Amino acid sequence: MAGTWVFVEQKDGNIRKVTFEMLSELKKGGDEVSAVVFGKGVEGLAPALAAAGADKVLVADDDLFAAYNTGAYVAQMVAMIKEFSPNAVLFAHSFNGRDMASRLAQKLDAGLATDAVAAEISAGKGFFTRAIYAGKALAKVEVTGSPVLATIRPGVWEVGSTAGAGEVVKVAIAATAADVYQVAKSFIPTVSARPDLSEAAVVVSGGRGCKGPEGIKLVEQLADLLGAAVGGSRASIDSGWLGHELQVGQTGKVVLPNLYVACGISGAIQHLAGMSSSKFIAAINTDTEAPIFNVSDFGVVADLFKVIPILCSELKK
Amino acid sequence: MKVLVCVKQTFDTEAKIELKGGVISDAGINLIINPYDEVAVEGGIQLKEKGVATEVVVISAGSDKAMDAIRTALAMGADRGILVKQDTAADEYARAVALAAAIKAENPDLVLAGHVAADDGSSQVPTRIAEILGLPHVNVMTSVEIAGGKATCTCEADGGTAVIEVALPAVISSQVSWNEPRYPSMKGIMAAKKKPVATVDAVAVENKVKIVEFALPAAKTAGIKIEDEADVCAAKLADWMKNTVKVEVK
Ligand SMILES: Cc1cc2nc3c(=O)[nH]c(=O)nc-3n(C[C@H](O)[C@H](O)[C@H](O)COP(=O)(O)OP(=O)(O)OC[C@H]3O[C@@H](n4cnc5c(N)ncnc54)[C@H](O)[C@@H]3O)c2cc1C
Ligand SMILES: Nc1ncnc2c1ncn2[C@@H]1O[C@H](COP(=O)(O)O)[C@@H](O)[C@H]1O
Repeated sequence: MAGTWVFVEQKDGNIRKVTFEMLSELKKGGDEVSAVVFGKGVEGLAPALAAAGADKVLVADDDLFAAYNTGAYVAQMVAMIKEFSPNAVLFAHSFNGRDMASRLAQKLDAGLATDAVAAEISAGKGFFTRAIYAGKALAKVEVTGSPVLATIRPGVWEVGSTAGAGEVVKVAIAATAADVYQVAKSFIPTVSARPDLSEAAVVVSGGRGCKGPEGIKLVEQLADLLGAAVGGSRASIDSGWLGHELQVGQTGKVVLPNLYVACGISGAIQHLAGMSSSKFIAAINTDTEAPIFNVSDFGVVADLFKVIPILCSELKK
Repeated sequence: MKVLVCVKQTFDTEAKIELKGGVISDAGINLIINPYDEVAVEGGIQLKEKGVATEVVVISAGSDKAMDAIRTALAMGADRGILVKQDTAADEYARAVALAAAIKAENPDLVLAGHVAADDGSSQVPTRIAEILGLPHVNVMTSVEIAGGKATCTCEADGGTAVIEVALPAVISSQVSWNEPRYPSMKGIMAAKKKPVATVDAVAVENKVKIVEFALPAAKTAGIKIEDEADVCAAKLADWMKNTVKVEVK
């Protein structure tokens, strides 16, 4: 069969944007692109995957795959790779994607490029660019093998509009309950009306300069006006003003929005690691020497408590 | 219960990266324990303090320099160390093979690691070790309860928080929010000098991933910066957001 596979990241039928990004990017290459979806009752996802570029949609539908579990997912993937011999398999660099890809790579005694920000794939070979040292350097690596394996950072590619045929292929189920080694006791979804931090087009972040929940509230007001995700520096996370999952930076999330607004954030190197690749960066900080201004496209040296309320009303005009 | 903790020596997160002769230079760089692994060491020591673990062994694959990382972990309170001598250019596969072989010889009940190395950012090695040893692996753990031969882990997951249970022995990769690592005390530093560290050679396997080249990202340059009254700043920023960035206002 050859062709390139994209492992579909979905939860309860909601496909993550990064899946569409990968399908669209690969579709440009001209090779056959297949979306591989595991789950229960997931065949209905095929049209959406086709619209993003999938020529084929390989569906492994079984109760065993109702929720992600490493053992069964990897066992199924190994069997499918043996049967269809894809040229390359790409995963999202999400918690699940990297977990599955790493275990799969080791099972196949293969190399793997994780968190790639660029890819050139040919037969039996792939060149991937990876951000290392938290984005302070880039490494171009070569992965050989069949298949070539990589995980791709969300947000590096655009979702295009070239559709594929989306032919549904139901595959045989090879994994068994014996492959499952983790017992999922519970899952508590992050409830937020705001977009996901790693997928948002706009991120508004608050740091120690917010001084407390009152300042964070201003950050949230600005975020909601822009339909943005809220993020934070470690200082505001450690102070308990924002949840842990909202930390941006080296030990938090790497974000790639169109616009990043840093409010009361000094711009420590560990924070910059998570946001300096954003397309546009704006900063509001009282200290004209703050390093955040070195990476900002538009910086205002002012008090966020005064600026944000006026900014909000100006934006509404 | 014997706990093994994987510690990778990495550059200080403050370090400025420079290329010399096409490779990343470590000249003048302060080397530290990978922050995620430091949390794993602390977690292992706390398990011992609670009486859950009986011994905490730290293991690191790398050059002789990695001995410093091991000594730091011993100064924090780990009992002994293992240095797996390996070229620092070993890839994730080669490191996992080397570490797994040394871990297997120890037959631990629990292997702790960081969920990602701050230098290579790979997030592969612990998962690979688990696969080689045929053990369960739990990723991005923020807290763990150990009882009755099982580990119940709270983990960061895509879109939420998951609670996952596995049977021991298992490999568990930690997130930094698990705990606050202690600083080694003077007494700890003295004691560490006398703690045993075994040195073994890495199992020789070829890298699977070849590095073609290193590069530094284009330096981001500062743009417009205005210092004025708040209302002027706000108006100009709003204007830039609307006309240059073209934001959509809800
Ligand atoms: C191993 C390691 C990993 C780390 N990982 C991360 C990470 O992932 N993410 C992260 O963010 N940090 C991380 N850090 C911490 C990092 O070094 C900084 O300490 C942190 O980013 C500082 O947060 P901050 O900018 O909010 O606070 P500060 O550095 O205290 O800056 C606050 C800023 O607010 C400004 N300010 C004050 N009042 C106002 C006002 N009224 N209006 C406008 N501006 C105002 C000040 O001028 C100042 O610039 C890490 C550190 C280490 C050692
Ligand atoms: N050379 C090494 N020595 C010891 N542990 C390592 C080594 N490389 C990776 N690890 C462990 O694997 C984790 C993830 O590393 P990585 O896969 O390189 O991102 C680290 O946090 C360590 O716990």
